[in-house]
Amino acid sequence: MTLEVRDAVVRYGAITALHGISFEVRDGEIVTLLGANGAGKTTTLRMLSGLHGVSGGQILFEGQDVTKTPAHVFTTLGIGHVPEGRRIFSQMTVEENLEMGAFARKGSTTDDLERMYETFPILKERRKQLGGNLSGGEQQMLAIGRALMGHPRLLLLDEPSMGLAPMVVETIFRIIGEIREAGTTILLVEQNAAQALRLADRGYVLENGRIVLSDAADLLLTDPRVRAVYLGEGAES
Amino acid sequence: MGAFGHYLVSHFSTLRLEFWGLLVGGVANGLIYGMVAVGYTLVYGVLRLINFAHSEIVMTGGFTSYFVLRGVIGTSIPNGWATVGVLVVGMVAGGVSGAVMAMLVERVAYRPLRRRRAPQLAYLISAIGASYFLFNLAGKEFGRVLLSVPQPYINHPIFSIFGAPVQLYYLVIVIASVGMLILADQFVGRTRLGRGLRAVAQDSETASLMGVDVNRTIALTFALGGALGGIGGFLLGLGTGVVYTMGFVPALKAFTAAVLGGIGNLRGAMIGGILLGVVESLSIAFVQPAYIDVVAFGILVLVLLVRPTGILGERLGRAA
Ligand SMILES: Nc1ncnc2c1ncn2[C@@H]1O[C@H](COP(=O)(O)OP(=O)(O)O)[C@@H](O)[C@H]1O
Ligand SMILES: [Mg+2]
Repeated sequence: MTLEVRDAVVRYGAITALHGISFEVRDGEIVTLLGANGAGKTTTLRMLSGLHGVSGGQILFEGQDVTKTPAHVFTTLGIGHVPEGRRIFSQMTVEENLEMGAFARKGSTTDDLERMYETFPILKERRKQLGGNLSGGEQQMLAIGRALMGHPRLLLLDEPSMGLAPMVVETIFRIIGEIREAGTTILLVEQNAAQALRLADRGYVLENGRIVLSDAADLLLTDPRVRAVYLGEGAES
Repeated sequence: MGAFGHYLVSHFSTLRLEFWGLLVGGVANGLIYGMVAVGYTLVYGVLRLINFAHSEIVMTGGFTSYFVLRGVIGTSIPNGWATVGVLVVGMVAGGVSGAVMAMLVERVAYRPLRRRRAPQLAYLISAIGASYFLFNLAGKEFGRVLLSVPQPYINHPIFSIFGAPVQLYYLVIVIASVGMLILADQFVGRTRLGRGLRAVAQDSETASLMGVDVNRTIALTFALGGALGGIGGFLLGLGTGVVYTMGFVPALKAFTAAVLGGIGNLRGAMIGGILLGVVESLSIAFVQPAYIDVVAFGILVLVLLVRPTGILGERLGRAA
């Protein structure tokens, strides 16, 4: 088992964002976490990376308790995080951004950089440009490449298709598939439910900080309740 | 020609006569401002915080190097290589004590606030509190009079620029500050830790996702700025002696230099420092020396009004 979350509670001051959620991600899976805006998807990923402490519950990564582990340790443990909004270091070059992904890792990054440039040829062209000058799609590729530089065994992706043109979204989803083929387990947060479910093995639906549905991806794809969320009818914000 | 015309003519002739001497002194002072300014600018770049206790880090460097040097040389007057040794010992003492004190201030006055996500105002009050605590403690422990190590060797002119004698003291300032500024610049721009520091400056949360220990990086930032501030304190003490309030005015001028160069910008701090030192020094040709501080802080107000982002603008995040 790659990841196990048991009854996790997260609060922002007086607001409870996650009311004790439980889910799991098995080795080699792509699991997608769906839900309307404000459901708690980003909070879940931030909790998994130690950016937000839990007020209750337990998180196990590869059997190890990481509930209280500080954020900067996770990349060394083997969890990569592609944050919502990409969060590229805009004043660093593309190459420096990629190097940042390997910050916690000892040794040379030359081979990894080459590999990233093979996966994302556009980044090679732009390697000397500042991250802030890239297009949205390029930034998303950079954010994914940056996370891969840390050699994650579990990759957390927060809405990688957000704000991108359909063709670019295609590319991003294709690359996510390839990353899994290469052996990385993936937890994918998306609002783009149809596309996420077509790629994923299993899915969870989050509503108001609670998991209300979980099933195999192909079954969720035909579920009327999922269709409601996917169409945004389930949004309460 | 009116009275003002006479004023200008007479003072410009003073300026012409004394230009090189004033320039050398101005550059030397300015380099010290620049070195102290780096401390402000680094901490601001990373925490968006003006560390108003930085003046006491300068003071710490001044006192520590004073006591260490007094212990090492006593009342004897070194010469030749011994002089170089004394200067190196003083620099190390100033730099190390400045770094340690800066980390201590961060640990005691700022980190607890960060953990509690305190508002910006709390940091300002904490900084002023730390500053008052430290300089009053120094005043009580070391007395409130100016102390100086007898160091006549330091005022020997060693060569001259266009007839203006350059003392060994100025040469020491140039070597120490230019060396430290280049070191700091390369550290931030080229090393792995420096890249971590820039990442924290840009987006500390994402930096932590990359494996950067944000608290350690902040401590490192204070240490680096503190080392330069402490060496600045040593150099100031060498020139004018040490006293518990010695950090106040130079640090305020360094802050001016940091704003002038664009706070958060390392190279800007150096340029701002030199510029301020030179303008201040050349203004001696036009105004009474007692007005020098008025000129310096007049510049601060003017810069804030005209170009709040300074000459180079804010950009620590970037590979300088
Ligand atoms: N920093 C914050 N402070 C207070 N409330 C927050 C904060 N971040 C998120 N929330 C709240 O937590 C809930 C979940 O947010 P989020 O995890 O961002 O949802 P999603 O990613 O599914 O859109 C929302 O109600 C949101 O308003
Ligand atoms: Mg979100």
